[in-house]
Amino acid sequence: MLRVVSGVSLTAERGQVTALLGANGAGKTTTIECAQGLQRRSGGTVSLLGQDPDTAGASLRSRVGVMLQDGGLPPSARPIPLLKHIAGMYREPWPVDKLIERLGIDTFSRTTVRRLSGGQRQRLALAAALAGNPEVLFLDEPSAGLDPQSRQLVFQLISELRDAGMGIVLTTHLMDDAQRLADYVYIIDAGRNVAEGTVAQLLQRNVPADAAQEHVRTLLFEARPGLDFTGVLPPAVEVSETRAGSYSVTGALVPEDLAALTAWWAAQGIMPGSMSLEARSLEDVFLDISGREIR
Amino acid sequence: MSRVLGSAPAPLLRRIMLQGKYEALTMLRNGEQLILAIVLPLLALVGLTVTPLLDGLGGSRVDVAVPGILALCAMSTAFTGQGISTGFDRRYGVLRFLSTTPLGRTGLIAGKILAVLAVLALQVIVVAAVAFVLGWQPTTAGWLPALALLVLGAAAFTALGLLVAGTVRPEATLAITNLLWILLGALGGIVLPAERLPGGAREMVHFLPSGALGEALRDAFLEGTFNAGAALILLLWTALAGTAAIRWFKWN
Repeated sequence: MLRVVSGVSLTAERGQVTALLGANGAGKTTTIECAQGLQRRSGGTVSLLGQDPDTAGASLRSRVGVMLQDGGLPPSARPIPLLKHIAGMYREPWPVDKLIERLGIDTFSRTTVRRLSGGQRQRLALAAALAGNPEVLFLDEPSAGLDPQSRQLVFQLISELRDAGMGIVLTTHLMDDAQRLADYVYIIDAGRNVAEGTVAQLLQRNVPADAAQEHVRTLLFEARPGLDFTGVLPPAVEVSETRAGSYSVTGALVPEDLAALTAWWAAQGIMPGSMSLEARSLEDVFLDISGREIR
Repeated sequence: MSRVLGSAPAPLLRRIMLQGKYEALTMLRNGEQLILAIVLPLLALVGLTVTPLLDGLGGSRVDVAVPGILALCAMSTAFTGQGISTGFDRRYGVLRFLSTTPLGRTGLIAGKILAVLAVLALQVIVVAAVAFVLGWQPTTAGWLPALALLVLGAAAFTALGLLVAGTVRPEATLAITNLLWILLGALGGIVLPAERLPGGAREMVHFLPSGALGEALRDAFLEGTFNAGAALILLLWTALAGTAAIRWFKWN
């Protein structure tokens, strides 16, 4: 018996994005495939909406949406008939035309799966996973192959679904995905979960005392959604709204940057609900925990 | 954004019918599959009626040829066509994805069987229509046993196709199922009755699904009889290959 995963214990809640973060081969896919009932586990317990996925039937499967890492879409299929076919498996599916519109599938609706770009294919696979309007959504590497526009679209939708109460479990090896999307993160390494917490909690872990002065810093703050930062900070500083009203400012920040930002807040009448300055990124945390050697 | 999440599955029968329809249409839209399912059997039918290969077997050329051609159709669709498409669906993760939907693994297999039967029904209609034009005069009493045996043969070949598709790479499935189609088609007692085969093959083919189905269909359409021995052989192949497929089929 091959033990790929041994010692992973995790919980995902409704209305939250739970991320499994780890390097390639850490056991993320094995873990969620056991949770989905796609892989038979040799031990341990899985409870999905209160049922064991290995023995549960169609009534459980219809409440759970799955987007596989390799897509799982037939190469000769065209998007719309395929989505209609999958939607037919449910009593009350997400209306296919709305799904198509929401994920921008109408722009490539005549193309066979074989000829779609990576981003188009991922969007179609996400639409297929959402066809049954699930309560729980599993996404295996959802940002793989996504161009920036698709990524924006997909991340926005994931945030909205989370807000609508969907329980979302995703795997990723990209720190940025976890930082932008996840409410709770499990770091998986060599088949075990080695750390867990909210992004903020993970960033607080073991902050090294010798963090250099010029080290990259991340400023996180919450304010009203939709702020336009154009021109406020130097171009090298990366600003993103990780979800509505949550902002992340990353770069080799200097005191003048903070002064510029706070002056701009004052001019705009913005008082952040919360703010924190971190000397580390999630990537640093991850590397500290799982080691820096290439495997 | 606030709405009710979660849906009940569509009824089991509806899911299976949908999958059957989807797979049947996919098969019929695929050029190579269509050649295998319709064009090659029709060419063989015409070939056997214009050459003296089947002369002296107790019926007109077309009467002896048609039952074998129908058996060949079952092998084309259930074994080669279905095997290849399942093999590639497995490669691309389609089987895995569909098994996470309400369809599930059982529904997926049921849908495939339904698709095979639907395409086979179409083949029977086309072959019979051409055969009637060529002067085919089947025994009326033969239709019922023939159709039952055809379904049984399709079951045996579907189980064998799934066994191959589920255990080896899709390229190997492609090679194996096409090669066996040619070998069994030529020497498996399917279109050429056992008595027209070389000595070694003559005794063996009765125990192959190809020979059993070909022989049983000829008995049905030429004599109006039900060949219970051949039916038993087909049943055994179905059980054997089906059990092996359940045991060894790899979904990914």
